[in-house]
Formats: sequence, structure tokens, C-alpha cells
Amino acid sequence: MNGGLRRVLAGREAPVAGALLVVLAVTTAVNPRFLSDQGRFDLLVAIAITGLMAVGQTFVLVMRHVDLSVGSVLGLSAFMAGSAVRGDTGGSLLVALLVGIVVGVVAGLVNGALVAFLRLPALVVTLGTLYVFQGVQALLTGGTRINADQLPTSVVSFGVTGFLGVPWLMWVCLLAAALGGVFLRTRRSGRDLYAVGSNPPAAELVGIPVARRTLLAYMVSGACAGGAGVLFLARFGGVDSNAGIGYELPVVAACVVGGVNIFGGSGTVLGALLGAMLLKTMGVSLSALSVPEFWQQAINGLLLLVAITADRIVLLRRERSARVEAARHRREQVDAGPALPTDGADRAGHDGVTTTEVVR
Amino acid sequence: MVDAEPLVRVRGAAKAFGGVQALRDASLELFAGEVHALLGENGAGKSTLLKVLAGVHRTDSGEVTIGGGPFEQGSTRRSREQGVAVIYQEPSLFPDLSLAENVFIGRQPVTGRGAVDWARMRRAAAVLFGQLGVDLDPDRPARGLSIADQQIVEIAKALSTDARVIVMDEPTAALSASESERLLDVARRLRDGGAAVVFVSHRLDEVFALCDRLTVMRDGATVHTCPVAGTDAGEVVRWMVGRELTDLFPKTETTPGDVVLRVRGLTTDGVFDDVSFDVRAGEIVAFAGLVGSGRSEVVRAVFGIDRYDSGSVEVLGSPLPPADPRAALARGVALVPEDRRQQGLFMPASIARNTAVVVLSRLARRGVVRERAERELAAHWAQRLQLRHGGLDQPVERLSGGNQQKVVLAKWLATDPRLLVVDEPTRGIDVGTKAEVHRLLSEQAGQGLAVLMVSSELPEVLGMADRVLVMREGRLMATLDRAEATQERVMLAATGQASVAGEGSAA
Repeated sequence: MNGGLRRVLAGREAPVAGALLVVLAVTTAVNPRFLSDQGRFDLLVAIAITGLMAVGQTFVLVMRHVDLSVGSVLGLSAFMAGSAVRGDTGGSLLVALLVGIVVGVVAGLVNGALVAFLRLPALVVTLGTLYVFQGVQALLTGGTRINADQLPTSVVSFGVTGFLGVPWLMWVCLLAAALGGVFLRTRRSGRDLYAVGSNPPAAELVGIPVARRTLLAYMVSGACAGGAGVLFLARFGGVDSNAGIGYELPVVAACVVGGVNIFGGSGTVLGALLGAMLLKTMGVSLSALSVPEFWQQAINGLLLLVAITADRIVLLRRERSARVEAARHRREQVDAGPALPTDGADRAGHDGVTTTEVVR
Repeated sequence: MVDAEPLVRVRGAAKAFGGVQALRDASLELFAGEVHALLGENGAGKSTLLKVLAGVHRTDSGEVTIGGGPFEQGSTRRSREQGVAVIYQEPSLFPDLSLAENVFIGRQPVTGRGAVDWARMRRAAAVLFGQLGVDLDPDRPARGLSIADQQIVEIAKALSTDARVIVMDEPTAALSASESERLLDVARRLRDGGAAVVFVSHRLDEVFALCDRLTVMRDGATVHTCPVAGTDAGEVVRWMVGRELTDLFPKTETTPGDVVLRVRGLTTDGVFDDVSFDVRAGEIVAFAGLVGSGRSEVVRAVFGIDRYDSGSVEVLGSPLPPADPRAALARGVALVPEDRRQQGLFMPASIARNTAVVVLSRLARRGVVRERAERELAAHWAQRLQLRHGGLDQPVERLSGGNQQKVVLAKWLATDPRLLVVDEPTRGIDVGTKAEVHRLLSEQAGQGLAVLMVSSELPEVLGMADRVLVMREGRLMATLDRAEATQERVMLAATGQASVAGEGSAA
């Protein structure tokens, strides 16, 4: 138990959680309304969408890939889900969620297939599909928009109500995070994702089905982005052709701030979620402190740089100390040495293997 | 000790890559409960044969059986399921995962509900490490583990899959003496446990200390199989090379001139420590030592590719700024890197373009490179180095390894260097071309070029060098004159058994 506690404190999540608490404390001290019931509710709603996408993005990032198309998937899914339930009544919330998630999974399949089977670089593939999915959405909407009065009440009220003081949207995000976290931590196929990201050729060598796992990761990322599209629809009570534009980078930033290694192999869903919380909370709190929006973005960027710089420094330190330690260890072994075989030692001694130049 | 029926039988295996026949007629029989040495020069086909067993390659023809039935080829996973485990010289672990998970990846013990059982996995890994007699923490990540310990993790992995055939591909090449001894012990334990162990090594003393039988390969074919008892190193070497080892190293006698390179107290923590030496004009100085002893790292630091923590490098009497390869080039230092495909050549570009690329500014007029000048330069060097090619416009990727190496040499010699640094000048090239590369280096030294060479091939070091610097564990253990340098002395210093003598005389 003690060991478990130590692991939590030594982990990458603890400092992010700490920073989050500091931001909350400072902002509340300056502006007590920040954490009022309504303030808290609004903050959690804002976190839910980025957080859900960060959960999916984690799957892709730990494999040393990236999914930049999530913003476009969100827009597309929000529009398709909205169209599917337009004018409906009754159980249309579930229909919307189902449609959104299916759209996301299909988008993820496209990304995953291009990366896994054609071995195209993820950055370029998903940058391409970012525009393609946007184009598809523009084609389908034809510049129209869906408004709140066209949506069933179940969908709209889903965006503004909650349970136990936590918005429904956040519950969706937390559920996804719990499922994703448990999968990555406890399933063999989840562990495979870390192995692939940690050393791709070695993963092939030990027989991990790399292509299938890549496909899986992109489908999860797509499903999360698709789900986030429905959350978007519910939160804003509608959707237009600008929905989701520019969402992808904050999502990646949230993951990285939360300790998901952009070079793959490490990072947790919990960390990504904390990263999303920290970035969103910073944004809201800076507005609450009346900091101009330009500075908010700059500060978020700075936070990102601080996070990756700190990660890098820690890694380099560890590698260096491991190297020095290993060298010291080897030398001790050599110096203490196994007993020299007598004939070898004699020969070396008598013949005198000499240095011909005094080298110092 | 040995069963009547072999566990693995390879008969008449052949495999070609493009135009290169890597295996022509390879045969191998492995019995349960033996350690079997697979020997041969670089390029003899050992690695290809091992990769067939590993499931990386598939033979074009020939028969492979395991346990009496056909061996299913071409899948690393299927190979493992059929009981074959391969430990590579440089294992590829997952640096971010714990040692326990590295052992069990893809096969982690799970609870009834299908969740990875971390506690059980940790205990199982600890048990395996215990069986192998090593003290490793199953919870630590693999990042930063020494190569010796990484191999142990790989062997633990093999044990955990109940492998019947355990292949070790040059496992001791990068290990210190005590680490090698530990590995040999582990191999004996595996044999006594009933496994068939294949042991590839260039260190014949290890082969004779450890192995029961041996198979020698040459030019893609098996040339000899016999029990180890009853043969000797001389005979084995003759099978390996298929010729007498004379006249391979045409050495031009020279009188050393001024000191071109002076290195003093060069240190990078944990990599190499207090390395000092001189190289004079007209002299060939060779770095010998085991892979991983820090030779290449010293050379890279001297040339300025890597930073060093302390020490000094002087070229022709004035200090060379650290970590600045352009400065080194400008001062007449040229480095021919070890991995010519990745670091030395632009593979799809022509011979002419590759030869001229470093001296482009000299060939340019008003900033425009003249192709004719490029071709003239290349033609000059192609003739001097006796390059075999199908026209100077030919892409270098279509040349043989040996001729590629000549293009790399031409490229750097074209800069008219004072000091040429060559890392493994003849790795992976055939014997005939090797001799030509040797003649070439020797000739250049005869004309006053200072040559600093890193080589893992002892005959090459002894044949070529005026002076031999022997490194071990990042330290310079001995400096031997040409007359003093024998295979025995170099190996003793390199493996640490002459450390007392080496240090005593240096002080």
C-alpha cells in the first residue's frame, strides 16, 4: 500500500493534479464566484469535450502516432447526429450518441487503415483527413446549420443538466476515461499499445499484431471524437459548419501536459484527463481574472513547453545516471575482477605488454 | 548426452536477396541438450540461417524440420510457438515497460476476468531471474539497462516460453569478461535443462570452453560439422576462411612524421575515460577492443559529432573546437563512418555525385556546380581506387558493399585530408575487396596521410596498424607497437586480463 502511494506520488500525474489545485485555489481566492455552483458546472462542461477527445488521443499517442483529424470528426459527427434526430421526440438522445460514435469509428477506420496498412506517417494522414472530413461536412451541410429549436428536448437538456452536481457531459467523459484507463492498464491488447509505441520494430519481432492494434487505437480516438460531437451538439444546442475547427491541437496539448509521451510508450488516460482539466481551468480562470484572451493562449502554450521540457530533462537525467551507474558497476566488477588465470597473468607480467608511448 | 534424432534439421537451405545469394546450401542439425557453435566469417550466411529459424526470413528451397515434423517458416510468432527463441546481440526491449512486462509481453498472466495480473507477473519474472542467477528488479523499466542485462531479460523471455531451441547471435560481442562468463554459465544451465542452444561467436576460446559441437559456414554453405573435442582453433579458422591467412595485408613501410592528431585526457562520463594518444603523419593507428568498449565513441568525439566532458583534441598543434565537425573538416580531418548506408552515402545518387558532394564548393564556379568537374573528379578516384562500376552515373545503391565503401573513401580522400578516421573500414565486404581497401589505406599512409582506424577484426588491426590502441570499458588499456602487437596480447588487454600490465606500464 505504501509502495502504491509512493508510485502515485512519483508518477507523472501528481504534479499536474497539484498544479490544477493551485490554479483552482488562487483563482477562487481572487474571484470567489469562480467556483460557485454555476461556475463549477460551466467549467466541467467545458472540460468534458476536450477531455473525452484527450482520452481517445491517448490511445493513439502511446503508439507513437497522432490523430489531428479529431476536430473535423467532431464537426462531422455533430452534424450527422443532429440531422438524424432533427424533429424527433423520445429516445433520440441514444440515437444521436449511436450515430455520432459510428461516424467517429468509421473516420477512425479510415485513419487507421491508412497508417497501419499503407504505413503512411500519421501526422500527414490525419492532417489530410482533417481537411477531407471538413470537406465532407461542408458537402453534407451545404452551409446550413442545425438550431436548438430543431433538436429534441432530450438532447438539449442533456447539455444543461447533471447528476450529483456534475454535468451529464462530464459523466460521459469520466465513463470513457474509466473504460479507457482500465483497458490500457489491464488488458494485454492495451499493453500492446505501449509496447508498439516504445519500440515499434521490437513489437513486430515479438509477434504483436501491430496493424490491428493501430486500427484499434484510431477507432477509439474516432469514437471519442464522435461522442464529443454529440456532447458539442447538446452543449451548444446546435451545430454549424465551423464546429470543431481548431480543436485538435488543444487536445494533443492536453495529453502532453498530462504526461503522455509524444514519442509513444508512456502516458495514461488519467494524466490526459488531468491535462485537459488543467488547460481548460487555466483558460476559464484567466478569463475570470480578466486576463486578455491573447495572453490566455500564450500562457497555455507556455504550459505546454514547460511540461515537455520538464519531461525531457527528467528523461535525460535518468538516462545519464543509468549510464554512469552502469559504467561504475562494470568497472567495480573489473577492478575487483575475477581471479586472473595464472598463466595469463604470468605471461602478461613477464613479457611486459608495454605502452610504447607515455600518453599523459 | 545426445539423442539419436535431431531436434532441428536444416538441409540444403537456399535464400537469395535480390541478386545476392545469402544461403546456397546450408545444413544444420541441432540436438536437445547440446550447445552448438555456428561459425563463419562475416557474410558467410550465419545470420540469414538464424533468421530463418527466427521466422524473419523464409528459405527459397531446402528442408527445415523441428521435432521430426516440418518447421513452419516466415512468422516470428509461429517460430516462438514452435519453441524457437532468438537472443540477438543487441536485444530490442521496450524501454518504457518494466522488465517483468518485457519478459511476458503479449503473454502476461491474467486473472479470471482477463485483467493483467501484475503481482503474479512480477513474481514469475523474479523467479526466472533467480533461475538465471541474476539480481534484477522486475519493476524497473528497461531503459538504461546494460546490454548484458538486456540479454538476460531476453533469455528469461525464452525460458518463460519453454523454448526448446535457444539461438544466441554473437551474445558476448559487446560484453565484458565477467559478463561473458555469466552468460556462458547461463548457456550451460539451459543446455543442462535439455534445450538445444545455438551459439554464434567470433571468440574461439569461448566456443571451445562452452560448445559440444560446431558447424562452420562459408559463402552461404555449410562446409563442416563435427564435435568440438578433437579439433583446434587453427583447423576451424582454415575451414572458415578456406585459405591460408597470408598476404592479406600488404603493408607499406613508412617513417612517421609530425604529430597530426594529439588527444589528451578525453572523457565523457560513463562512455570513455581519460583517453590520450597521438597519431603521426604516415602512420596507421588502430583502435582495437570489443564492440561497446567505447572506440567508436572516442572517434566520434574527436571528429566533433558528439560532445565530450573534458580533455583536449589538437590537430597539427592547435586545438580543435569541440562538437564542431565543420571545423574538423576545415582542418583536414575526414571521418568515414561505420554505417555507410545510413551515414556515408546518398544511395540513389550517382557515383559522381557522391564522390563530389563534400568538395562541391571547390568544384563550383560562381556558385554553380559544374557536372563535368564532378565527373572528372570521380573518374580520377574511380581509377585510383580501382572501383568496379557500370558507369559513373550508376546509382551507388547498385554497387556491391565493397565498392560502396570505396566510393565513401573516395569522397573523403577527395577533400585531401591530413587525417583520415575510418570506423570499421571493411565491415560486411568480401575478402577480395577487403584486401584492396587495405592496400589503399596503406598506400595513402605511405604518402603521408595519418590514419586512425577502428576495427573489430583482429587480423586487420594486426596486419595494418603501426600502433594498436586497445580499449576496454571506455579506458585505454594498452598501446602496442607493430612489433609487439600479437593477437594474444591485444585480446588479453581487450578482455581485461592484462589490465595490470597495461596500467602498470602506462603510469
